[in-house]
Amino acid sequence: SEDTQQQIIRETFHLVSKRDENVCNFLEGGLLIGGSDNKLIYRHYATLYFVFCVDSSESELGILDLIQVFVETLDKCFENVCELDLIFHVDKVHNILAEMVMGGMVLETNMNEIVTQIDAQNKLEKSETFIFQSPRQDR
Amino acid sequence: MVAPSLKLQDLIEEIRGAKTQAQEREVIQKECAHIRASFRDGDPVHRHRQLAKLLYVHMLGYPAHFGQMECLKLIASSRFTDKRVGYLGAMLLLDERHDAHLLITNSIKNDLSQGIQPVQGLALCTLSTMGSAEMCRDLAPEVEKLLLQPSPYVRKKAILTAVHMIRKVPELSSVFLPPCVHLLHERHHGILLGTITLITELCERSPAALRHFRKVVPQLVQILRTLVTTGYSTEHSISGVSDPFLQVQILRLLRILGRNHEESSETMNDLLAQVATNTDTSRNAGNAVLFETVLTIMDIRSAAGLRVLAVNILGRFLLNSDRNIRYVALTSLLRLVQSDHSAVQRHRPTVVDCLQETDASLSRRALELSLALVNSSNVRAMMQELQAFLESCPPDLRADCASGILLAAERFAPTKRWHIDTILHVLTTAGTHVRDDAVANLTQLIGGAQELHAYSVRRLYNALAEDISQQPLVQVAAWCIGEYGDLLLEGNCEEIEPLQVDEEEVLALLEKVLQSHMSLPATRGYALTALMKLSTRLQGDNNRIRQVVSIYRSCLDVELQQRAVEYDTLFRKYDHMRAAILEKMPLVERDGPQADEEAKESKAAAQLSEAAPAPTEPQASQLLDLLDLLDGASGDAQHPPPLDPSPGGALVYLLDLPCAPPPPAPIPDLKVFEREGVQLNLSFIRPPENPALLLITATATNSSEGDVTDFICQAAVPKSLQLQLQAPSGNTVPARGGLPITQLFRILNPNKAPLRLKLRLTYNHFHQSVQEIFEVNNLPVESWQ
Repeated sequence: SEDTQQQIIRETFHLVSKRDENVCNFLEGGLLIGGSDNKLIYRHYATLYFVFCVDSSESELGILDLIQVFVETLDKCFENVCELDLIFHVDKVHNILAEMVMGGMVLETNMNEIVTQIDAQNKLEKSETFIFQSPRQDR
Repeated sequence: MVAPSLKLQDLIEEIRGAKTQAQEREVIQKECAHIRASFRDGDPVHRHRQLAKLLYVHMLGYPAHFGQMECLKLIASSRFTDKRVGYLGAMLLLDERHDAHLLITNSIKNDLSQGIQPVQGLALCTLSTMGSAEMCRDLAPEVEKLLLQPSPYVRKKAILTAVHMIRKVPELSSVFLPPCVHLLHERHHGILLGTITLITELCERSPAALRHFRKVVPQLVQILRTLVTTGYSTEHSISGVSDPFLQVQILRLLRILGRNHEESSETMNDLLAQVATNTDTSRNAGNAVLFETVLTIMDIRSAAGLRVLAVNILGRFLLNSDRNIRYVALTSLLRLVQSDHSAVQRHRPTVVDCLQETDASLSRRALELSLALVNSSNVRAMMQELQAFLESCPPDLRADCASGILLAAERFAPTKRWHIDTILHVLTTAGTHVRDDAVANLTQLIGGAQELHAYSVRRLYNALAEDISQQPLVQVAAWCIGEYGDLLLEGNCEEIEPLQVDEEEVLALLEKVLQSHMSLPATRGYALTALMKLSTRLQGDNNRIRQVVSIYRSCLDVELQQRAVEYDTLFRKYDHMRAAILEKMPLVERDGPQADEEAKESKAAAQLSEAAPAPTEPQASQLLDLLDLLDGASGDAQHPPPLDPSPGGALVYLLDLPCAPPPPAPIPDLKVFEREGVQLNLSFIRPPENPALLLITATATNSSEGDVTDFICQAAVPKSLQLQLQAPSGNTVPARGGLPITQLFRILNPNKAPLRLKLRLTYNHFHQSVQEIFEVNNLPVESWQ
């Protein structure tokens, strides 16, 4: 439910923001994220925290790399991504993430592939809006 | 005229412009009203925009369930823009719990088969995120078809969707197993990654699949080798390592395939050695691969040299400056400690150093690992370290550390005295964090070590005199002082400096505990009972004790009040029995429910005998039994299965809280006599506090038409038993089921001799005098055993 989701988000932020700069990037989870088998792996970029919740079947160091790839992909798609980009284009972030992680499993880690796909999809969208809407082409 | 609806960006700006929570809510509610209206009107052009806004609002935590049906409509539309938002909405808003989710099955089916790749991708993505079992069953054929499509984009998605489907509907494994081997030949990394995941899932689920896939081990080895030896390629490399994600996945799969299988393990040996030695460890990606390699080496039947190499790599990582590496090293060592204990032991000093980490995640891991590394040869050193850690560790680790120390102490204590010292130290440092049965364990331990009674009681007295706030410590100390107060006052004990303790001081200390507001009710109970016991142990007169006891007769706490009243009565009316009742307790066995019933508070003096501590032999075997319990658990020594609550503990608690001991299984009633409608029934009770006692209630009933008058029942038992007859309730039983007569027999059978009972009945019935003498047969065995 939405309330539980918000609670999880709050708790996670609370835990992660408390962390010092030179401690490890892994946090054991509490009950909120499903027990001691699940971990929070996070990376801190300027003002943003990227937190992935994973179970024991993922390699911890691998996830750190995955977060890096994700951020680099965002950078490529948004062209020097900044915080505001992420805020105002939430749906695009979802789309990019969906190309990398699907159903809880890692799908694709090759940045070029992902970016190519996203571009193709965006083109498809643009072609449609062009047909249907008035000359104002934004969404 | 309807105002043109806001664009998503505009809405976001407005929300961010809100200065307070209340303002934000206002903006959102207004917008949601618009969105609802728009949904109602069924405007197709802007529907996707409305849903996008709704999803944003949902992310912030506001309810968005009214958008669910709109998702369906958007998915069904033919425009990609609509579908994109619609599927996203489905993933975020719908799940198995909502009935609406089944409605998109048809749309997904259509989208899967109509050949536009991005659309197929969307459909697969949604299916793998929220597909329920029914949906998976329905759509399995479509997904299977897509596995063989030429486009790698769709194929890789189809493969991962297959993994999800197998998780939801295990029977589908048979559908998706055949294509796997073929898929391994693909070169596209995305497909390979998905395939490896799929094979891993299949192998984890079914041993048959595992056997089937063992034959691809050579192929996997080949793929990995290519990855490792190929030069730098920009395509998939992360900091110079080619596709570490794929490497890690392959290593994982190899681990599963090689486990317990000589042949496969052999095939992998060379490759693993190669990866272990050639991977560049200057960057994180290389380390990730190296770790997986180490774990795989340790898990399969690898050559001995390789194993040594692996453990050494882990040891090196423990010394790495990067904390992440150290964390993963500790985690890996924890996994290995069960299977390769001696290898991990070599790194013990490093692990113990990690306890000093300021990083909470690291110190927690170090604690778990340290506890797992304690064994009989290093227990003293380790305990010192762990106890030092206990004093300084962060509060959330205290409880785990304390119970870990206590557990390890129990398993490996070299001497009883060391054990007692350790527990004492833990109680003084972290008393409030220990588990509840620590008190019971300690009292049982002390009780069993007769030679250490004097020592224990002195140390506990000293500890108590310093600090009465740690409840478990106070409880144990109070118990000990009560039991062994005489030893405390004797004054000499070789093991610690002689201390002259005054009677008055002891009593004053116990009174202080009683009165302190920090003491829990249970603690007070301990203290009161201890005072009472001291009344027989100390030489002086008991006025002070009597005073305290009588004060508490009006205590507000019901337990204490009851205790105090009982004790007071003991002083007044049963003073002759006081000594016997308050004698030293016998050692209680650690298991077995019958031990429960031997509480001291009983009136039958015959049961009480001089305390004879059982030899330590049975204790050792009890400990061994517990060891079996503990060994069965995983190497995570911090979370052992709960120890059987020792009846010693239950016993100690029985002394404080006059709760009724568990009633013994009821003995069935026995009908012993019937004549012309007159029946005599016997019912048996064995009070748990006194196993030598048997209470028989004889009930005489009359279902005939004539009254029974002058009814007298007499009983006789063998010489070894003692019988007491109490007065019957009457001597008339009216006709036709009138009020029966009951009479109580008390039989004392301390030697558990077989019970025999002869009854003599005389009464008048139908104007005739009846006399019957008979022996009761079929007496239940439980009545005297």
